[in-house]
This record gives sequence, C-alpha cells and structure tokens, in this order.
Amino acid sequence: MISMFEPDAKGHFGNYGGRFVPETLMAPLQELETAYRHFQRSPEMQGAFRSALAHYVGRPSPLYEARRLSEYAGGARILLKREDLLHTGAHKINNAVGQALLAKSMGKTRLIAETGAGQHGVATSTVAAWLGMECCIFMGTRDIERQKVNVYRMRLLGAQVIPVTSGSATLKDAMNEAMRDWVTQIDHTYYLVGTVAGPHPYPEMVRNFQSVIGEEVRDQSQIMPLGHPDAMVACIGGGSNAIGLFYPFLETKAVALYGVEAAGEGIESQRHAASIAMGRSGVLHGNRTYLLQTEGGQIIETHSISAGLDYPGVGPEHAWLHDVGRVHYVSIDDEEALASFHRLTRLEGIMPALESAHALAYAERLAADMAPHQTLVVNLSGRGDKDITTVSTREGLEL
Amino acid sequence: MNRITKRLQETRSAGRAALVPYLMAGDPGIASTARAMHALVEGGADLIELGMPFSDPIADGPVIQAAAGRALSRGVSLDTVLDILVEFRIHDSSTPVLLMGYLNPIEQMGWRRFVDASVDAGADGLLLVDLPPEEAEEMYPYMQNCDLLPISLVAPTTDENRLRLIAGVARGFIYYIAVKGITGAAHDFDMNQLQSRIEWIRRHVDIPIGIGFGVRNADIAAQCARVADLVIVGSALVELLASQKDETVVLQTAQNWISELSLVMGRE
Repeated sequence: MISMFEPDAKGHFGNYGGRFVPETLMAPLQELETAYRHFQRSPEMQGAFRSALAHYVGRPSPLYEARRLSEYAGGARILLKREDLLHTGAHKINNAVGQALLAKSMGKTRLIAETGAGQHGVATSTVAAWLGMECCIFMGTRDIERQKVNVYRMRLLGAQVIPVTSGSATLKDAMNEAMRDWVTQIDHTYYLVGTVAGPHPYPEMVRNFQSVIGEEVRDQSQIMPLGHPDAMVACIGGGSNAIGLFYPFLETKAVALYGVEAAGEGIESQRHAASIAMGRSGVLHGNRTYLLQTEGGQIIETHSISAGLDYPGVGPEHAWLHDVGRVHYVSIDDEEALASFHRLTRLEGIMPALESAHALAYAERLAADMAPHQTLVVNLSGRGDKDITTVSTREGLEL
Repeated sequence: MNRITKRLQETRSAGRAALVPYLMAGDPGIASTARAMHALVEGGADLIELGMPFSDPIADGPVIQAAAGRALSRGVSLDTVLDILVEFRIHDSSTPVLLMGYLNPIEQMGWRRFVDASVDAGADGLLLVDLPPEEAEEMYPYMQNCDLLPISLVAPTTDENRLRLIAGVARGFIYYIAVKGITGAAHDFDMNQLQSRIEWIRRHVDIPIGIGFGVRNADIAAQCARVADLVIVGSALVELLASQKDETVVLQTAQNWISELSLVMGRE
C-alpha cells in the first residue's frame, strides 16, 4: 500500500528487521508468512477480522477532544484516540484478534505469548477463550509480582501462566522462553507475538493489524482544518500502538510524529528503557534493531515504572524511522509520566495506563509550543486500572 | 588443510564417528577451561566445541543457559574466549576447535575483526545459532577466505528447499539438530526416523553430518554414532562439569565420561 515504507522480501526495514532465528524456526516462519499473505488477500479472512473488530473488540474507538487538558497545556487542541475503551482495555486486542484468526486458519490449536505488564497476556488469553484454543502465557516472575491482578485475569480466562525465572525474569526473558516453547511444540502451537518486534513477518504483520488505529484517526480527522492532525504522539516499548497510529500517516509529511520512550529514573541513570536514545544496533529476538546492551553485546536490564515499556529493544521499523528522520523519538521519565497519569484522571475523568501517560506527558509539553488552531492526537493506548497498585505503592499507600 | 576437515577424514578412514564435547568458555572457571579442554582430548574427544556465553540464548535449555549466566558473571567476554583458546593451543595444535554462540556479541566486536581474531587464536570453525544462511551472505564467504569454516544447522523442520540452500553454503560438517526443541531436551530418540533424516541429508550434501541436542548418555551416543559422522554432547557434560567444586575431581570425572562414550562409539 505505501511502498516506500514496506520491508524488503526478507523483512528488512533499511538495516533493521530480518529473520535471525535458529534453523528449527526458519521453516515455521516461512509457513507463517505464506499463511499471512493468504490472509491479507482473502476477502473472507479480512471480513472476519473487520467484523471481529466491530462486534467483539468494539471499534471504531472515539477520537475525543480533551478540552480541559488542552486548556491546562495552553496551546494546541489535544485529542485522545481512545484505545482504552476497547475490550480488555488496551490496543493489544487488535493484534491478538488478527493473529488468533490467522492461527485458527492455519489449523493451530494452542496459542502462546509473552507478556510484561500483562495486557498482551490478557488479550491473548481472551482471544484463546473466544476461539476455544489452548493458551499458555510466559511471564517473568518479577512482572507476576507487580501485575497480580492481570495474572489472575489470565487464569480466569483459562490460560496457563508460566513463571519465567531465567535472566532478569522480565519481558525479554518471557520472550526467550516463549521462543523455546515454540521450538519444542511447533506442530500445533502458534506464537502470538505482542509487539512489532521478532523475526519477519511479525513486525510487518503486527503493524498491519494495529494500523486500524491510524486508519480510523485519518477518517475521524477529516473535519480538522488541514484534514489531518498537525502532530501525533504515542508511547514506545516495542512500539505497536505507535506504529499502528503512525503508519497510515507516514507519507503525509505535514503530520509531525513523536514516539515516546521510557526514561525511567532518567536517561543518564542507567535505569531506563530508552533503546533508541541510548542503545546501539544489534540482534535480539529474531531481528536487528536498537538494543540496550553492554559494550560486549550482552543485553542489559531495563527499568520503567510502566511494565509495558520495560523492554531493552524496539521494533525494527521504529529503528529505521528514527534513522531516516520520519519520526522523532523522545523520552519521558517515571515522575513525569506519573504526574500526567494524575492530571488526565483529574482533568478529564480518564485514568490512563502508565504506558500511555508517557505519551500524554510529552504531548502536554508539545501542545504548549503549538498554536491554538493546531491539533495534536495522542494515542491513549490503554486504561490505567491495572496500574493503581503501582501508583498507590509509589505513594506509600497499601490497598 | 583445516583441522576440522582433516580430523573428519581421519575418523572416517578409521570407520568411526567423531566425538565432539561442548563446554562453555569460563565454566566451571576461566582458568580451568583450557585444562578441561585438554582433559576432554585426553578422554577421547576428536573435536571440541567451545561455547561463547550470551545473555539471551534462545536455542538453549536450562543447563547451558545457567552455564552462560555463570560465565558472564565471571566476566567472560569474546576476548576471554579467545584467550582460553590461545592457552589451549600452547599444548594442543592438532585438535580442531569449533566456536559456538549467538550473533550479537560478535556484531558488537565487528564480525570481520572477530573472524580474524578467532583464526589467529586457533579456531577452525564457527557456528552462530541465530544466523541463518539468508542473513550471512557477506559473512560466510569472508569466513571461508580466512579458513574459518561456517558450520550450518539442519533441523527436523528443515524442508528440501532450505536444505539445498544450506548445502550450498555449509562447510566442514552439517550439524543436525536431533529434536524439535532446545539443547538438553529429554526426549525419546526415534532412531529409525533419525536415520532416514540423515540419509535424506546425505543425498544433498557430501560433507560429514553430526548429531546434537539431547545426546545425554552413552547409549544414545552409541546409537547416533552408527548413523552419523559426528556425535555432539553438550548439556550432559556441562552439567557434569558444574557438579562439583574440586577441579581435579571434576576434570577427571569429565574425562572418564568422555572415555566411556568414546569406547561405546567404537574407538579401538
């Protein structure tokens, strides 16, 4: 559809992406690619996906003008793309529904996934229940500890949650363990990757499933003075909500695009998750991208108040969009995100996920430098209920 | 002639399979790795596979993951791995050594620099688990020019088209992954199936074929030796090497175990 922004036949976005996996996974990835190309061309499969988005997920999601927040920021009109209103409370469900339909069409009976904050785990458990498939979620023991409610949600949905104790016991290790499980049970298992990372075709496929976000914004912004927003902001862990919003606008150069990484305790602190700002190109989890790593190429532990952004890499397409300068990558620390979490809750009665609060924090700053007739769209990628324990603990309250 | 090629010609002439133990550089300790390598050769190892630790080893089971973690916590870097090899070469210039690891640390060093340094240190082959031939179009020819053999994997999932592609670039020997799974997997070997896969590979390549992943005891090793040209033992040995504190005892135990494998695999 937009040729300049498509990967090459081997899944490379510029120098990034590709397929760096053990030989055992090469043929299954080719099989997946073939099945996905069929899915893309099949009116029947596309129809099933669109219908599920409308009737199961609850799309389209509103584009809501946050007047009190705009007034507070003092500049551009801020509009929120309300992915938090979707079934299960975050954008993750768009991709989960798409890939689950694909998995079913391939004759797979078991879904596996990695999860950090638990949102992708919940989305995958949900679609597994919806389609009557077996489900196994890999989650680091440290994340299990800080996201107990989501762990219970997954179990209620019938998923088996497998604690991962290897390495740093967080999202990257859960992804390692999911890949190991996939290799072992490849015949009937489908690996439902939650973000725009991993070996080809995952980054392209997940982007395409998520690009419904940006397509809706394009339709919803027809009434704006320019027919599109002046700027858009989204948070970046792996980067699926951001690419979903940005992709349909990549060729519309008049739209300024901002991806917000997690600066954790500060970008100079060593305790952050800002892979583009502070990382170097390398190979992890099947693709080449920007990674937080030691000089010797060992992957390092990251930190963010938001478990969903706590990942040492970033989707390869983002790495490339950074290099070519189409998207500006910036960062927001824990304190700034937390302040925006409270601000949106109090000013608009909308409690954002801590991930999305990173995007909001940057948007407030950006809006202040823009004119009142200009518009700025923020991807409110998820709702904040899952984070209230993190917030209360941080503020010294035991619930 | 490359030491791997030469050694495999010798074992083939002797009518037996080569025994290839894997150990992780820096485990049980940095200073003891070269001594462990000598002990394995003493026990009957024909070729040694030296693991290079990586923080996120997706093809490895818990035993090798843990060994990599211990090695990294001891500060093992690629330079350390090559220092160990140099130390080994002081007393052993004939046993082939194959380096095995993951791509990222090598990219960070600069892969040309790494290939050159490996050859200088006395390495004979390199196996990068997460580097399929599709992504190695520049690296493999460079390695061949330096006489560092690019060792390629074939898996139970590999189809005919991929096997042709791999056959075109593989040098030294083909490493056949015996199982859909990770290193150290406990599974039942279906020898008939394994044999027919090996025969299928032989129709496409004229270099020797090794079997690895899950060869955890003498009985399995002996069976694999009847159908393949090399038998690779990893996790079982790594576990053994990590099982005791006393270095002399550990190395002797490892050597004895390798001798036992070597005997059942038909060495005279």
